[in-house]
Amino acid sequence: MSTGSNQLGLYLTLFAALGLAGCEGPLNSPYPAADAERNILYSSFSERPKHLDPARAYSSDESLILGQIYEPLLQYHYLKRPYVLEPATAEALPEIRYLDAGGRVLPPGTPDSAIAYSEYDFRLKRGIRFQPHPAFARGVGGEYLYHHLGPEQLARIQTLADFSETGTRELTAEDYAYQIKRLLHPALHSPIAELMKEHIVGFKALGDTLERDYFAAPKGQFFDLRRYALEGVQVPDPHRLVIRLNGKYPQFRFWLAMSFFAPMPWEADAFYAQPGLIEKNITLDWYPVGSGPYMLAENNPNRRMVLERNPYFHEDRYPAEGDPEDAPAGLLADAGRLLPLVDRVVMVLEKETIPYWNKFLQGYYDYSGIASDNFDQAVQVGSSGSPELTPEMLEKGIRLETSVAASDYYLGFNLRDPVVGGLDEAHCKLRQALSIAMDYEEFIAIFMNGRGVPAQGVLPPGIYGYREGEKGINPYVYDWVDGAPRRKSIETARRLLAEAGYPNGVDAVTGKPLVLYLDLSTHGADDKPLLAWYRKQLEKLGVQLVFRATDYNQFQQKMAAGNAQIYQWGWNADYPDPENFFFLLYGRNAKVPNGGENTSNYVSEEFDRLFERMRNLDDGPERLAVIDALQEKVRHDAPWIFGLHPKGFSLHHAWYGNLKPNLMANNKLKYLKIDARQRAARRAEWNRPVWWPLLAGLALLLAAVVPAYRSYRHRLRAAAL
Amino acid sequence: MLTLFWTDALFLLLLAMLGGLIWHSRRHEHLRRPWRKVARSRSAMVSAVILLAYLFIAVLDSIHFLPPDGEGGVRYKTEPVSVLDWFLTPLRTRVEKTYSAPLAVQGYAKENLRLADGSSRWDYPRLEFGGAHLKDPARGWLRDVLRTGFKGAAGGLGLGVILCFGTVFLIARVRELPVSLVGGEVLSGQSEVPWRAILGTVVVLCIVGGVLGELALKYHVFGTDKVGEDVLYQALKSIRTGILIGTLTTFVTLPLSLLLGILAGYFRGWVDDLIQYLYTTLNSIPGVLLIAAVILLTQVYMAKHEEEFASLALRADLRLLFLCLILGITSWTGLCRLLRAETLKLREMEYVQAARALGVRQGTILLRHILPNVFHIVLISVALDFSSLVLAEAVLSYVNIGVDPTTDSWGNMINSARLEMAREPPVWWSLTAAFVFMFALVLAANLFADAVRDAFDPRRAD
Amino acid sequence: MTAYLIRRALYALPLLLGVNVLTFVLFFVVNSPDDMARMHLGQKHVTQEAIDLWKHERGYDLPKLWNAGAEGTAKLTETIFFQKSVGLFLFRFGRSDSGRDIGADIAQRAWPSLAFAVPALIFGLLVHITLAVGLVFFRLTYLEFWGVALCVALLSISSLFYIIGGQYLMGKLLLLVPISGYDGGWNAVKFLILPVIISVVAGTGSGVRWYRTLFLEEVERDYVRTARAKGLSETRALFTHVLRNALIPILTGVVVILPSLFIGSLITESFFAIPGLGSYTIDAIAQQDFAIVRAMVFLGSALYILGLVLTDISYTLADPRVRLN
Repeated sequence: MSTGSNQLGLYLTLFAALGLAGCEGPLNSPYPAADAERNILYSSFSERPKHLDPARAYSSDESLILGQIYEPLLQYHYLKRPYVLEPATAEALPEIRYLDAGGRVLPPGTPDSAIAYSEYDFRLKRGIRFQPHPAFARGVGGEYLYHHLGPEQLARIQTLADFSETGTRELTAEDYAYQIKRLLHPALHSPIAELMKEHIVGFKALGDTLERDYFAAPKGQFFDLRRYALEGVQVPDPHRLVIRLNGKYPQFRFWLAMSFFAPMPWEADAFYAQPGLIEKNITLDWYPVGSGPYMLAENNPNRRMVLERNPYFHEDRYPAEGDPEDAPAGLLADAGRLLPLVDRVVMVLEKETIPYWNKFLQGYYDYSGIASDNFDQAVQVGSSGSPELTPEMLEKGIRLETSVAASDYYLGFNLRDPVVGGLDEAHCKLRQALSIAMDYEEFIAIFMNGRGVPAQGVLPPGIYGYREGEKGINPYVYDWVDGAPRRKSIETARRLLAEAGYPNGVDAVTGKPLVLYLDLSTHGADDKPLLAWYRKQLEKLGVQLVFRATDYNQFQQKMAAGNAQIYQWGWNADYPDPENFFFLLYGRNAKVPNGGENTSNYVSEEFDRLFERMRNLDDGPERLAVIDALQEKVRHDAPWIFGLHPKGFSLHHAWYGNLKPNLMANNKLKYLKIDARQRAARRAEWNRPVWWPLLAGLALLLAAVVPAYRSYRHRLRAAAL
Repeated sequence: MLTLFWTDALFLLLLAMLGGLIWHSRRHEHLRRPWRKVARSRSAMVSAVILLAYLFIAVLDSIHFLPPDGEGGVRYKTEPVSVLDWFLTPLRTRVEKTYSAPLAVQGYAKENLRLADGSSRWDYPRLEFGGAHLKDPARGWLRDVLRTGFKGAAGGLGLGVILCFGTVFLIARVRELPVSLVGGEVLSGQSEVPWRAILGTVVVLCIVGGVLGELALKYHVFGTDKVGEDVLYQALKSIRTGILIGTLTTFVTLPLSLLLGILAGYFRGWVDDLIQYLYTTLNSIPGVLLIAAVILLTQVYMAKHEEEFASLALRADLRLLFLCLILGITSWTGLCRLLRAETLKLREMEYVQAARALGVRQGTILLRHILPNVFHIVLISVALDFSSLVLAEAVLSYVNIGVDPTTDSWGNMINSARLEMAREPPVWWSLTAAFVFMFALVLAANLFADAVRDAFDPRRAD
Repeated sequence: MTAYLIRRALYALPLLLGVNVLTFVLFFVVNSPDDMARMHLGQKHVTQEAIDLWKHERGYDLPKLWNAGAEGTAKLTETIFFQKSVGLFLFRFGRSDSGRDIGADIAQRAWPSLAFAVPALIFGLLVHITLAVGLVFFRLTYLEFWGVALCVALLSISSLFYIIGGQYLMGKLLLLVPISGYDGGWNAVKFLILPVIISVVAGTGSGVRWYRTLFLEEVERDYVRTARAKGLSETRALFTHVLRNALIPILTGVVVILPSLFIGSLITESFFAIPGLGSYTIDAIAQQDFAIVRAMVFLGSALYILGLVLTDISYTLADPRVRLN
């Protein structure tokens, strides 16, 4: 074993050598030592983005990257609440005109029914340029250098950075029109294409044409969308864009702030359509071309994505006004400074929460969400009942931001199911009883460490129409006691259950116990406690709950076929408007048979009538009254057990500035700033390596070997004698 | 009302077959000899005691029945429980709210406590069950734990001693020797079978059991998990999963490898080519991927035949069964290759040649001459595979293609413990419990397998 | 020699075909193309037309094994099976279900896999053989007994414990290495130290035991006894005779697994976020990207078969008594 310890010694020297080599920074730093004091923001992503094409991307991971690169016409104001839209590349908010069927402009105040079309008229800022990109590179004669790559050119190309020449050009309204047409591209499957067919004039017709022509066109060539005209999108001059919609659709303005409606230069599409590049995974889906504050400098979704400041980014300044509390919080200190404030953003793939959290504590990530498992370490609930950081975190200078997400997490009932479905009084009572029994206060305490608000209805806080206080509670599940909502007693639930025909959880007619089925897609062992909890809730009523856990695919299929009974579901708002929540229960959106988003298959004439009225109204007392009526209707019918609205908690280090939670904006990175000097000092302080256990282990091993060596020598001597 | 699951039935069948095998080998001297060699090994016999203890728990946990539903006794609950569950009812039902440390009386994390006077305080809550009998836990806790532990140890010791006396008495009766003589032999460690070590292990197990049992009545010995379930209970329930995975797999491996291995070795020619092709193909597919595919397949099957798998337990059980089967399918090839090689050798032996020359039917030759002579290989291979299968379960659960997430298993415990270690203070008890229980089983299995190999492998005979 | 190699290569073809058929049956029974489409198109606003289109583009709208609607040989070729399998044989893996080129991804991810697997193998061999030699050297002392006991104990511990424990100790408590991650070039070293050490330690139990048996067998041989009787010191006997002769089975054992190093280590890679082929496969399983899984199965099988051929060859090189015919 003496040789074994030599081996260990070798390791130690190796360690020591490394320690010397990296003596400028801590040993455990995952980044090059040279970057320690640079103005770089470090963050992470947990799943490799599936698409970086703005026509296709729809998940929050993807928009975290895309939002920094592509610039739609509008954006959400970074500081103001409630959320307001402001122009991004547009000069101003659009001028909206309502037209009759003949295309004549209608005077303000015309009833909705008379409106045939609405027109959004935008004027673009001048002088905005795209990021440097080989697709724009031109030779002396003006010809595109890289649009027809030969085999020997291709052989030298591995990533986009291998192209020596780049170019740029000015952003025009044509680029926006081009992107809108791309939403219909048959190979792209844009998730919003179907939705937009209802709204944009001529969209459906163009879609049919494209479908026909695309499959007839030769494969492997650039399919040029510029040859096609879209009736509803006109470009009167290079800096003006007019979009015409069917009827009135006030929510359209929110879509215009999403990456779907970002500009796309046709050159990029032509460049990336070359088969030789596609084989090398160099596609528009992976290498975006935008005009935003950042551009994607390194694209390795298996490891990290790096955003670099776009050298051609147009003048954009930090907002000078915000909410009253923003100035004292220091959020206006940078007012008027040119954006972006950080030079480089490094996003590292981090799938597991443990390393992620530990690296955050070691100072290698600048901010972090909190997984349920790290919560106790970071946050305690203060004497006032509000969350506070633990002393340990405060000592590190870490700060906490909280905000209620515009999301619903709920248990839905499939209203087509014979047991839990049906809109008659008995079935409503059954669902109300189950709603009372599911104690979401406890759920939030156990599984979310209090990071959630029990839902009182469909709308989360922060969305127009949400009501605070006694008026806002769900009267079928809660009572208002001592200035706070209190869940009705389990006796009330039992009584309702008895009235529904199941006294003590037993079917009064057949005498059989009531067995319900919960459909969900599982993620493995982590779900086990959750399932146990669900079952415990219904046991309080004597009702048995059986789980039908399947993988996500099967679950989707079951939902599509309407075979689920009770299911777990969630919804993230696309935009801050009540329409985006109530439409989940709109009869025409029923999953069966329409394939819509109404997964509960809830169809109520009264609800549909109210919904249709609500969606076209402007915010005001009239709309509020309709929303109240809608809430009352769904609370009574209880197609969902409303569940909860999650609360986002995020932690950030002392060197991280200008953070204000904004659930709608996805181009937030340009406002953030980093104090890199402070960060480097803190990292060094927090990561002093500990050597003695290794040395102690080595000593112990030596101590074990010495006597054996002695006895070996002894044996040799004995043999020699 | 007895309701056996598929795995229960198969497991009990397997045990019955094992019993039959033991009965059979008792009557044949050449089969008894190697076993006697195993029995002389101290480490093997200590391991055997531990393995038997595990097996006992697994058997208890494999007899399921529907408990009568309270009054009348005519109606039954719909979820079956096992005999072990029935024994451990207090452990099963005393569920806390969330984490608590081993033997704790307070919760793991502080929370807002509402006091009697209406005010609230930020502090550790008392547990609902763990140490609930203590009036002043700050002072009485340590004394109570020690006293309870001591009581359990004393009880365990008593039981152990009684068992020892009983065994010595039985040995004396069988060998028709005076009890004092046998007792002296055992105590001085001079008996042929290492009875002193065996009985010592039994006593230690009894003491450990006693301490755990007494403490578990008042506390959560290994703490509680995220939803407050007793970790000791989970670890005990996991025993069945581990043992089943290690044993039920033989239902696939043995028939396949015996049949194909012997056929390939004996008939050679195209049969051999075909069988070699079959196992090389199977072998070359990375095992994890094959397992992943089959587990997904079961999921689909169950989703499409929902009404037949109404209860969660039934689905979990079927998944466990399929996991055993697929583990068998990926692991029979090694044994098959060994058997083929051995049969190739055996068929050239004189007595096989002679049998063939005398016109004995092929089937008879295979059954009477080949099969008994390759059986030691089968035995060694099964013993050696057992521990690696138990370990494989944990790894597969990490990739989410192991047993059902609702099944108690060490793999699932480790998997969730990964996240718990990142907490501050770390929740180390689930991991520790899984480690201790799994380590003891695998270590015992490894030691026992080594002894079996030494005894049965002719190359090692001396 | 050349003739032998050609024959082995030809023998590999039916094996690969078998693998292909088996995986095809498994994966397409598990998942209908509709499921795949829904999975990859995302959750919001997905219509049946979009699903059909997706299937059409990837060729999943063909019949599975037999196209009754086609003419002549097209009955066989115009099927999912034929279309998806032929490319594999030419190592053209095509596009993953999520749209990326699998060949390019594999080429990129094989390097991190190797960067972990090769040092892990080499250091493992060095450490395990050294320890085994040590045990043989010290045989009949208490070190041998406790060493062997320790080996049995070490091999009774699940590899997950080593990984969880090692990460906790070295990364979190001692702060000696980054907890996880990867970087290109020489920067990778600091990320790889911990996984390599853990993989060496985790393999110690079985490795040392196995090499020790090999050495012990050799030590008992007559020629070693003779050498010792002639007065050769224990150390010389061990290092010149035993070690050299025992190396033959060790090296041939290593050759078998050489090709499969490319496939990477599933668990270690995903624990330490090494972007190699192991984590690629795990991700593919989790996302049910069957094009990738099928490609990896095929690659794994091909490399395994390559390993078998290499073993045969290395036998002839190491032991002149063996002839290939």
